[in-house]
Amino acid sequence: MADTMIGVERLEAHYGLGLALQDLTFSVGKECVAIMGRNGVGKTTLARALMGLTPPRASGSVTLLGQQVLGWSPQRIAHLGVGYVPQGRRLFPSLSVDEHLQLNTRKGPTGQRWTTSRVFELFPSLGRRRRAYGDQISGGERSMLAIGRALVTNPGCLILDEPTEGLAPAVVEDVAASLKELSREGVAVLLIEQNVKAAMLAADRAYFMSEGQIVHETADGESMSDEATLGRYLGVSV
Amino acid sequence: MHTFYFLTLNGLTMAALLFIMASGLTLAFGLMRVVNLAHGAFYLLGGYVGVQVIRDTGSLTLGLLAGGAIALLVGLLMERFLLQRVRGLDLSEALLTIAVGLIIADALLVVYGGQPVSLPLPRELRAPVDLGVMMYPYFRVLIMVFAVLLGIALWLVMTYTRLGAAIRAGVDDRETAMSQGINVPLLFGGVFAVASFLAGVAGVVGTSYMSLTQGLDVRVLMLSLVVIIIGGMGSLKGAAVGALITGMVSSFATGYLPQFALFFLFLPMTLILVFRPQGLFGRAA
Repeated sequence: MADTMIGVERLEAHYGLGLALQDLTFSVGKECVAIMGRNGVGKTTLARALMGLTPPRASGSVTLLGQQVLGWSPQRIAHLGVGYVPQGRRLFPSLSVDEHLQLNTRKGPTGQRWTTSRVFELFPSLGRRRRAYGDQISGGERSMLAIGRALVTNPGCLILDEPTEGLAPAVVEDVAASLKELSREGVAVLLIEQNVKAAMLAADRAYFMSEGQIVHETADGESMSDEATLGRYLGVSV
Repeated sequence: MHTFYFLTLNGLTMAALLFIMASGLTLAFGLMRVVNLAHGAFYLLGGYVGVQVIRDTGSLTLGLLAGGAIALLVGLLMERFLLQRVRGLDLSEALLTIAVGLIIADALLVVYGGQPVSLPLPRELRAPVDLGVMMYPYFRVLIMVFAVLLGIALWLVMTYTRLGAAIRAGVDDRETAMSQGINVPLLFGGVFAVASFLAGVAGVVGTSYMSLTQGLDVRVLMLSLVVIIIGGMGSLKGAAVGALITGMVSSFATGYLPQFALFFLFLPMTLILVFRPQGLFGRAA
């Protein structure tokens, strides 16, 4: 991992009086890295802090694509070349599928490889609903559109907050494969996931979070599917 | 029957004025959840300055442009130098716009005095035209046509352009729009400026229907807010429907039951607030 695309050092973030993120340090190069953990351990707060969406009380250092972005507005971070798939999709009910993609299509750090038609190649069922509005499509299509809308910005790094939530297993595999493919093309992919299968398929390595901290990092050669690890940090068995 | 037609046409005129006032205001409101309580003062400002320019130059077109331009300028300055400093603080934003509105209204009283002012229209625009059912002042017909054209223009922009799509996205979900790279604060500044311009223009054309006088700013503001609340904030369609309801109720209540006019005007708003707080065409937050 030569260049750091996402660098987080000693990041702390607060909600009200509570500390939501404590002393987080990790980095992502041109690879796909998963952040895993149970509900409520601060994964979404982390994604929001990276995008400039957490209320101002965040401290530490966040470097995205070589820029120190802590304190930047979300739209400035987005235009730097950071794609974001928010938790719960957050599509626009007043925009059609086509409009979601057209509005975001731009030349990004990785050129112009992703276009509306390439998104429809990746997600054919989405291509059949081009005129439907954001609140008229199925749960799976919503995920696809949320991912597609981030892809057409041709991002240099991509932050996805539980993108496979509610997707059929076959679609999860497709999404995971395309995320892996993206990272091979030189995009830094930060995949925040509870879905162990998706993370295992897509990610090169993983960090495990608990109570606002990173408590474990998969070592070289350590499998993400290591049963003891998963059991300890996620409470699941594979 | 004659009275009925007359009240209907007056209601449509009022609806047209209210739509010109409320269309921009509701979009700005939807984008940043800031309601400009100086909007009525912008109407009054545009009206006085526009009438002054018409008197001085004899040109209605110049008067309309001047009325719009002065409101646009004040709106831009207010947004850039005052509102941006208190962004996100709801109470401060509301109080700030009230303060600006009061200052403008008082300044106008100093400059133009307390005598009611009417619009000096050329005779050919003042003359009534035959609408089939009755004669009605030509200029009021023009106001209705202008409101309809404005509505169509705004609808086309909102529906078919990238700018319109960005505004809709911002109204739907400001935070997500920003995280996808849409500069919502900049959009808001633009929409706010357009809304201010329209308020100024409404002040000029509206003076043919209601004389400019002290307190008119508050009355016009209240009616515009009723329109937005009935229609739903951020909804252009809502502004049109809300303006029609409010204009008609205002005209018929004043015509038939003047002692209950305010009751009938605020009743629909009250019912909407209780049973459908997002308005007829707004989305629940």
